Amino acid sequence: MADQPFIARGFHSRRAAAPPGRLPPGQYETRDFPVLSAGPTPRTPLESWDFTIRGADGGQSSVRWSWDELQALPRETPTVDIHCVTKWSKFDTRWEGVSVDTLLDAALTAGVADGAFVLAFCDGGYTTNLPRADVTGGKAWVAFGYDGAPLAPEHGGPARLLVPHLYFWKSAKWVRGLQLLPSDEPGFWEQLGYHDRGDPWREQRYQGDP
Amino acid sequence: MSEAVVERVAAATPGPPRLEWQVATVVSVQQETPRARTLVLDVPQWPGHRAGQHVDVRLVAEDGYQAQRSYSIASAPAERTVALTVERLDDGEVSPYLCGVLQPADGVEVRGPIGGYFVWEVAQGGPLLLVAGGSGIVPLMAMLRHHARADVSARAAVPVRLLYSARTLDDVIYRAELEKLADPPQVEVVLTLTRDAPPAWSGYRRRVDRAMLEAVSWPSSAAPHVYVCGPTSLVESVATLLVDLGHEASRVRTERFGPTA
Ligand SMILES: Cc1cc2nc3c(=O)[nH]c(=O)nc-3n(C[C@H](O)[C@H](O)[C@H](O)COP(=O)(O)OP(=O)(O)OC[C@H]3O[C@@H](n4cnc5c(N)ncnc54)[C@H](O)[C@@H]3O)c2cc1C
Repeated sequence: MADQPFIARGFHSRRAAAPPGRLPPGQYETRDFPVLSAGPTPRTPLESWDFTIRGADGGQSSVRWSWDELQALPRETPTVDIHCVTKWSKFDTRWEGVSVDTLLDAALTAGVADGAFVLAFCDGGYTTNLPRADVTGGKAWVAFGYDGAPLAPEHGGPARLLVPHLYFWKSAKWVRGLQLLPSDEPGFWEQLGYHDRGDPWREQRYQGDP
Repeated sequence: MSEAVVERVAAATPGPPRLEWQVATVVSVQQETPRARTLVLDVPQWPGHRAGQHVDVRLVAEDGYQAQRSYSIASAPAERTVALTVERLDDGEVSPYLCGVLQPADGVEVRGPIGGYFVWEVAQGGPLLLVAGGSGIVPLMAMLRHHARADVSARAAVPVRLLYSARTLDDVIYRAELEKLADPPQVEVVLTLTRDAPPAWSGYRRRVDRAMLEAVSWPSSAAPHVYVCGPTSLVESVATLLVDLGHEASRVRTERFGPTA
């Protein structure tokens, strides 16, 4: 595939260059925190909120945390760069949440059937699929704090998945759990033409991208 | 999500071809408002699109620097050329180039069409409620143009209302075309002007609020398909109000253009 760039006559950068190696191809740095979602922002009261990991046995085995139980787990405060498929990137975002390792370890210890893939499910019906390896090994969190405050509903509060090494649609807002799966199943945007994995450094935006 | 749309996309998924970058040629440009311009593009290998989809535009400078942004398609699926309408943000990087520097016969790199959720087809039926803020009218205009081209019976089966929030009357994109659609009424068009209105203006003069939505939209019992597009603040508040008014969240589809507009 000859991806020979075409020079846009008379176009020049109007931005200060980002630090080298920090901006994936085709992205630009923003200082705002833009919002992107397919529908209205759902609002679930914390009393009825829970987080569930369902096993790869079709969900017959599962574990569930209430809001308070999740809050009682060990927390981490990752500072990470995030990259949205709509082209903006934001550097040094500060989050607070529970590592997915902590949750999965507890689930597997409790006998939940393991699987090589996960499908994150959310209030509002949104889903996104990830290889298990992309949410383990210190790479993913269930985040409920942003920049020192509770995560705002339009940014996915009360809790969202945070998987900063992939495009941000994988960091599912309003997350309510993970379904372990024996094989990959496409999620919401992945069924609508977006890339199955979404690595920003390989510019995996849409289906068919390398 | 439900809808035949999803099934069709899913059925087409095995081994999809890459969406390649293509050099489109600017066929014509048209100033829509003091700040918005339409670019009509000839895209050599255009696979066709659905109303509501967008393209990515890539600009590469001599020194290799590149910028990419998304722009909604304004033209109806049946048209042979692809129209984009871009609002100029003075301190922006890409929109001033598209609104000023680019001229007819110039090339510009695009790839698409992209997006399979914020789309509407006559076959989905109605009623259809469209709510736009600023340049958020663009993908909704593709839906209106698609509707206008449907045969009479299909069109009659789908009543359409548009609520469009703009700063001033001069900022209303596609104003002449919207006036034509409204008289004789194919589409009910309601404008609200948030900054400045002419002295004789009898329409709304404020941001979209609950009372305005209640007055303009169908009741939730009529189960309209709703599409909301514009700056994040408008989309957030309109979508939340519609759900409060009883509309099913799954029938309210949103597209957010960013913090400004
Ligand atoms: C799906 C989709 C469809 C869209 N469709 C349309 C459409 O049909 N028409 C349309 O006009 N737009 C559309 N947009 C918006 C469009 O993609 C661009 O965001 C818009 O044109 C602004 O791009 P820009 O390069 O001119 O501005 P940018 O350079 O991206 O700047 C945007 C704003 O950010 C601020 N800014 C500039 N530099 C910085 C900086 N270094 N740090 C922080 N802030 C900064 C500026 O104040 C400016 O107002 C769409 C967006 C999406 C996601």
